[in-house]
Amino acid sequence: MSGLAWLTQWFEVLAAVALAPLFLGWVNQCRAWLQNRKAPSLLLPYRSIRKLFHKDAVLAEGASPLFRAAPYVVFGAMVAVASIIPSMGTGLPFTSVADAIALVGLLATARVFMALAAMDIGTAFGTLGARREMMVGFLAEPALLMVIFVASLLSATTALPLIAERLATQAPALNPSLAFTAVAFTMVLLAENARIPVDNPATHLELTMIHEAMLLEYSARHLALMEWAAALKLFNYAGIGFALFVPWGVSTGEPEPAALLLSIPVLIGKLAVAGVWLALIETLSAKLRVMRAPEFLSTAFMFAVLGLLVHLLLGA
Amino acid sequence: MGPALSPIDACLLLLTGWIVVGVAGMVRPGNVGYVARFLFPLGALIGVGLAIVAGWSLALPAEQVTLLIGLPDLPFHLRLDPLSRTFLALLGGASAGVSIFAGGYFRKGHGTAPGVLGLEYHLFLASMGFVLLADDAYAFMVAWETMALSSYFLVTSQHGLPEIRSAGFLYLLIAHVGAISILLSFGVMQGGTWQFTFDAMRAADLSPGWAAAAFGLALFGFGAKAGLLPMHVWLPEAHPAAPSPVSALMSGVMLKTAVYGVLRVTFDLLGDPAWWWGLVPVAFGLATALFGVVFAAAQTDMKRLLAYSSIENIGVLFTGIGLAMVFHGVGMQALATLALVAVLYHALNHAFMKSLLFLGTGAVLHATGERNLGRLGGLIHRMPWVAWLTLVGVLAISGLPPLNGFVSEWLLLQAFLFSHEVPHPFVNMLLPLGTAIVALAAALAAYVMVKFFGVVFLGQPREPGLVQAQDAGGLEKLGLVWLALGCVLLGLFPTQVIDALGATTAQLVGSVPPRGTSSWWMVAPLSGREVSYSPLVLLAIIVVVLATTSVVVRRVYRRAVRRAPAWDCGFANGSARMQDTAEGFGQPIRHIFQAFFTMERELPSPFDRAPRYRVVVGDKIWRLVYEPLGGRVQKLADSLAWLQQGRISAYLTYSFITLVTLLAVVL
Repeated sequence: MSGLAWLTQWFEVLAAVALAPLFLGWVNQCRAWLQNRKAPSLLLPYRSIRKLFHKDAVLAEGASPLFRAAPYVVFGAMVAVASIIPSMGTGLPFTSVADAIALVGLLATARVFMALAAMDIGTAFGTLGARREMMVGFLAEPALLMVIFVASLLSATTALPLIAERLATQAPALNPSLAFTAVAFTMVLLAENARIPVDNPATHLELTMIHEAMLLEYSARHLALMEWAAALKLFNYAGIGFALFVPWGVSTGEPEPAALLLSIPVLIGKLAVAGVWLALIETLSAKLRVMRAPEFLSTAFMFAVLGLLVHLLLGA
Repeated sequence: MGPALSPIDACLLLLTGWIVVGVAGMVRPGNVGYVARFLFPLGALIGVGLAIVAGWSLALPAEQVTLLIGLPDLPFHLRLDPLSRTFLALLGGASAGVSIFAGGYFRKGHGTAPGVLGLEYHLFLASMGFVLLADDAYAFMVAWETMALSSYFLVTSQHGLPEIRSAGFLYLLIAHVGAISILLSFGVMQGGTWQFTFDAMRAADLSPGWAAAAFGLALFGFGAKAGLLPMHVWLPEAHPAAPSPVSALMSGVMLKTAVYGVLRVTFDLLGDPAWWWGLVPVAFGLATALFGVVFAAAQTDMKRLLAYSSIENIGVLFTGIGLAMVFHGVGMQALATLALVAVLYHALNHAFMKSLLFLGTGAVLHATGERNLGRLGGLIHRMPWVAWLTLVGVLAISGLPPLNGFVSEWLLLQAFLFSHEVPHPFVNMLLPLGTAIVALAAALAAYVMVKFFGVVFLGQPREPGLVQAQDAGGLEKLGLVWLALGCVLLGLFPTQVIDALGATTAQLVGSVPPRGTSSWWMVAPLSGREVSYSPLVLLAIIVVVLATTSVVVRRVYRRAVRRAPAWDCGFANGSARMQDTAEGFGQPIRHIFQAFFTMERELPSPFDRAPRYRVVVGDKIWRLVYEPLGGRVQKLADSLAWLQQGRISAYLTYSFITLVTLLAVVL
């Protein structure tokens, strides 16, 4: 493994951590424009994270060490996920450390810790948020796995960078199975990142909250880490989506400086488009009642399974 | 190395040691200090020894001995081969933790006297060992029945309670229906030679129909012991009824003897299973996995919840066995090996994590006297050791990296992923869909475990008495630490474990997992396909990020932490009763999977003075299978009751008729 590959690997992880709040800011900005609102600054997520780091933390009286550890674990898991996603190149050192199934497992680790932390204080809203998050999670996770399976059947590997590489270097073809799974993946992305129609990141109505309800008792640096991890999660999901459905533009094979340099503007371009697309979906749909969320996610699961069936029937 | 003590002799000696330890307890059966603090730890040491002997000799060739006990002309044949060594290592390793814990657990006034419990407990352990060693049908059935009976007595150790007696009866009933089926399966497998040694069965040449019958009978019999749908009904009754260390052994180890039995019969005794047989365990396994986990989510009793979770894991194991059979049958050796490794690995993992969780509930039960989730909560403050060690088990069984549950799940998913290459139409489309069910069950398992841990250990105590709960004692902690350590090590060093399982897969399907592609820190179980996973590196990344962030946050910002009442959106009067109960946490599952349950609900009206909410969740299979079946049996018994005339002359007539019939047959 060359020095350049290691360097790129580190750069990729740091870039993901640094750019994640920017992507969130971009989605929020697009959403504001589409809704005829005055857009907040692109840098607002950075400012709020910075502000939170500068505050004294307040811990609830019943908080156990688990509550304090959870933000770090969640953040760590998200960074680990970011290190596996091929946002710039595919031949990087961590390619073989964890495949896409392990990646789903890491996302589940983060979710479980977040839900446990939410139950730790023992407030009504916290446990409500934990329950709903796990409900969304147990339906979204298998759907995501099925999406990944279809892609790995197309490319005969479960390692995400290699999936991206195979799909990028194959002769361009319209895979009907990928069309189904793309729909499923978009639905999972919305649900897992607490976006409309499953959850609303801007909500202040306690009874409809999922993600925010779990963070109610967090303050200052803990909250900052949780918010940052949430931004990173959105960024990671976008990265998984790029790897599975639009893998073109990343440096494939042994990393070369020119291809790596080219991959940066391509990534930024993809993120920009993804942000508009997300904002558009969120603007055009209404939030579902919580008990309708399982139906939404079952639909996603069915789409993913359909994608698998289509692949098995048509071989494409 | 001289021929001082061959591994099989060492194993026999250790198993005899367990019996001796058990009998030694009867010297002073009432003395808790002697039995619990001395004999149980001694039993744990024997367990460690067994695990070492079995683990060390894993790759050695098989050995056989014949014990001159048993019926005339029917001595006990014993055999130690890689398959039995794998499961003996499981038995020794997991039971060591349980026995140490049990040393601290059994106290005075627990129904049966501690000495008697110790005898039953160690006989139970030894009989499981003999099940794994047996090399003829007779020795196997004797050991199998000893196992069933000793565990029955352990389950009913608090026989004063009627529900425990009925749970024990149900267990005994289904165990024996299963045993009859296993016996019949052996009867078919001897193939007309009337030799009941396993060697004769291996050599017997069965027609495909008879072989399928033997397999079906074995699957039914061992499935009844394992809790495969629809024979699972005894499991959620019997496992919770037993004292916690016994529940741990039953769920963690005894269920695995059934898995062992299926593997032994299918791959060893029957030899070449036809590929389509494998579809049966896959179908039943998937149904069992989904059913078990959905029911686990709806439970309100912590031990029942874990029992249902065991049903789920048995489903996963049988799915893997079926998959291995299909791959083996169509000649895809690499994938058959992978599926089999997944099964063995998962059996090992489940032994450690489920024992750990059951012992955790045992510690909670002792500290609080409560099994009902609705009356627990907040125990992480009072019982930090138990809580944090149980958390390891919870994360492991939820299938989260980098712990052990994830590894076996990952292996199984990989095997499933390639099932579309099976060269049979329809099957190659239906099998990959099973992945969806495995994935769903795994995700639901995380839901169940968050519920379990969150309700028991987190939040505010739901009852005032809980603030006096005491953490576990020294021996109990040691047992928990042992099992938790097992979960962590099995998770972090998959390459070594998979390598060690190679001898067993070589014995069963004739090939070993590839070694060249894996390194000591990274596992790549399929050669020629880019599939790899490295828990150590994954853990390192997380730890580095965790350490860096926390150091940076502390150094750079230096902000203080202060305690204040919970905010809860400014809702000032929040009480412990406003937290989610176990019923509340299971509500989405009950709603989504309504078709699985029978539900009885009592909802209060808004004007009730003393509002009461009650929901009883039942198993549809009881109504669909067992109640009609029980009714038929009862009717049949009633119709035969007229035979019982109560007059001596009638009975003499019966004897006379029997005698005449027999004479007619003989002459």
